[in-house]
Amino acid sequence: MNTLVWIVIPYVCLAVFVVGHVWRWRHDQFGWTTHTSQLLESRLLRLGSPLFHLGAFGVIAGHAMGLLVPASLTEKIGIPGHLYHAAAVWGGTITGIVLVVGLVLLIARRFVNGRIRRVTTTMDKVLYVALAAMVILGMTATIGTNLLSEGYDYRETIAVWFRGVFWFSPETHLMTEAPLVYQLHAIGGFLFLALWPFTRLVHVWSAPLAYLWRPYVVYRARRHAPVTPVPAPAAVRDRAVHRAHR
Amino acid sequence: MRIRAQVAMVMNLDKCIGCHTCSVTCKQTWTNREGTEYVWFNNVETKPGIGYPKHYEDQERWKGGWRLDAKGRLVLRSGGRVKRLSRIFANPDLPTLDDYYEPATFDKDVLVSAPAGLTDTPVKQPRSALTGEPISLDWGANWEDGLGGAHERAATDPNITAMAPDAAARVKFEFEKTFMFHLPRICEHCLNPACVSACPSGAMYKREEDGIVLVDQDRCRGWRMCVTACPYKKVYVNHATGKAEKCTFCFPRIEAGQPTICSETCVGRLRYLGLVFYDEDAVLAAASVQDEQELLAAQRKVFLDPHDPETVRLATEAGLPQEWVLAAQSSPVWRLISDYQIALPLHPEYRTLPMVWYVPPLSPVLDAVGAAGLDDTDADDVFHTIRDLRIPVEYLAELFTAGDVDAVAGVLMKLAAMRSYMRARTLDGTVAEELCSAVGMSGAEIEDMYRLLAIAKYDERYVIPTAYAKDAVALEAQVASTSDCSLDCAGGPGMTEPAVAERFHLVADGGQTRPGRKSLFARRGDGRLGLSIDPAGERS
Repeated sequence: MNTLVWIVIPYVCLAVFVVGHVWRWRHDQFGWTTHTSQLLESRLLRLGSPLFHLGAFGVIAGHAMGLLVPASLTEKIGIPGHLYHAAAVWGGTITGIVLVVGLVLLIARRFVNGRIRRVTTTMDKVLYVALAAMVILGMTATIGTNLLSEGYDYRETIAVWFRGVFWFSPETHLMTEAPLVYQLHAIGGFLFLALWPFTRLVHVWSAPLAYLWRPYVVYRARRHAPVTPVPAPAAVRDRAVHRAHR
Repeated sequence: MRIRAQVAMVMNLDKCIGCHTCSVTCKQTWTNREGTEYVWFNNVETKPGIGYPKHYEDQERWKGGWRLDAKGRLVLRSGGRVKRLSRIFANPDLPTLDDYYEPATFDKDVLVSAPAGLTDTPVKQPRSALTGEPISLDWGANWEDGLGGAHERAATDPNITAMAPDAAARVKFEFEKTFMFHLPRICEHCLNPACVSACPSGAMYKREEDGIVLVDQDRCRGWRMCVTACPYKKVYVNHATGKAEKCTFCFPRIEAGQPTICSETCVGRLRYLGLVFYDEDAVLAAASVQDEQELLAAQRKVFLDPHDPETVRLATEAGLPQEWVLAAQSSPVWRLISDYQIALPLHPEYRTLPMVWYVPPLSPVLDAVGAAGLDDTDADDVFHTIRDLRIPVEYLAELFTAGDVDAVAGVLMKLAAMRSYMRARTLDGTVAEELCSAVGMSGAEIEDMYRLLAIAKYDERYVIPTAYAKDAVALEAQVASTSDCSLDCAGGPGMTEPAVAERFHLVADGGQTRPGRKSLFARRGDGRLGLSIDPAGERS
């Protein structure tokens, strides 16, 4: 059971994440878009979308910091544990709240506005449910466990297991001891990654940073490559002549 | 000096009767799909009026086009690169559907299935094409047609509000006596396109060969900055696919040497299509000219005279086929823009260097001459009425010359002189030399111009060379090299297999499409993924 949950599922999810993106990129360039609906509704989006995205940046950065940076490293460079904990909890709480407010606005927008409701696809609904579940679990862990209760040091267990996944040596016993809400959030996170390539979230990988450097006006030739390797006209003619004579 | 060819258009507004045939045939060809109900690559506006989308010419509001910053550098009015990316989560300058109109449909079944013997006539109700709910129709792409509602709204026409107060007062006074004209609009396929410059993902591009501005549907990620940046609001968001779409200048037809569908079906025969050579390296300087009223002259200087041996040499060196040089030399667009100088760009002050130009409307000129009891072969009589026209010159100047009244008046004088000259010539065979010298044209030139404007036939109005000859050679070789149908080659669309939606790409983009690969999921018409079941089985 432990092996299934803490080893098999993460690796399957990561495989789906990678293979899914390759498949989507190769087969569905046309669907690779933010799927903007600002044309249909702008008022709630103007508030909700920036809040959600900025909150998400903060939350992703927080996860990267908490999961990828070993506790030993922060200690070595002289950051006291309690200071790190306070920064993580408060940073996580604030960015989390920004994210929640944005997400609530965006979900409300889907319900309130008839135009938006009509264009919401099944995959959008799945994505919103998954996002909401992940955010609720994460906020419960941050606020419920770390801010209001005595806290749980995930850096010694979950973070180690998480890094282990990428070194191909995940230690399952680290996860079995973690509180349930952390367990659910961790495994939900991997399932969420598996969902990622099949949703509009793929637009994240198209963040247009190259725009900052490229020349303004883009020129493009009508064809990049010839349609097919073409024999020289003379060769074609000679062959046709040869065939005619035969 | 880098020579490029541009397929450009001139519309003679004098002949536009506002029949909307161009809009309808364009829509039938390109935008009769879910998600593009409100999209009009071609629309015909009645001027004065607020236009489509509402007040699109008000760049204080919509931030379209370019402006010069304090240091005289050309910057997008919607902001620089960093500012644009910072607004990517919600674009504050994006028109919403209410600035266009909510597309509607009608439940016609109410009429069809109405029982016999009703005492009241059954009425079909408009329903929103987006939500299916009943709506009241209160706006549309040509709501102002023939000055509809103009008594309420025309005073807010951005071209009038931008005028000096005394000119605006005069326009309003004339307007109360009623004047109007039609303005068909398509994408301008600008030399300095703001939409392309604002596209964060680089999906929009200007074609090197013919200057047509297109959106790569596979690369568009729906950041919707192009809509804001285009001052003519001719890039639209398809709300079903979440991608930008715009006028394609009917490139598949242009490549085949055919006119665009709007030109082909124009009943007034007022559209002209042809090549213009221009110097790409001169574009930025021309768009950055300090004085807005100098932009027209600056843009004309970017164009290269196709009869100049130096231009021909450059074109040949750049690999342009002989056919293209010949087409440029007989281009009606070049003649109207640069030889006769009677065509003007729409809103040059947006600094995009647009390539769809207009011959301003003339008809009311002669009305004014005749009504004043003047002799229309007398140069003084003709010209001094130009500024007392039914359509105020100031209004035309706002549209076509950034407010330079003299420039518009000069064009109208040429047109008025041409009419008077031809009338005298036809009625009593006299040649009004005085008119010729007054506009600086010879009698022969005036007659040529008359021929081009009044009686030019199909192949004089549309001089379009086919796509590059080198491609043609390759295609011919390809046809000859296979014994089967030429569509069945590698990379071709295929002939013996049923076409699946995924393979519907007008241009096979090297390596992007893989006809040999069959995918389980294909995109449906509404842009969503759906399972595709192909009864013919796997492609071999």
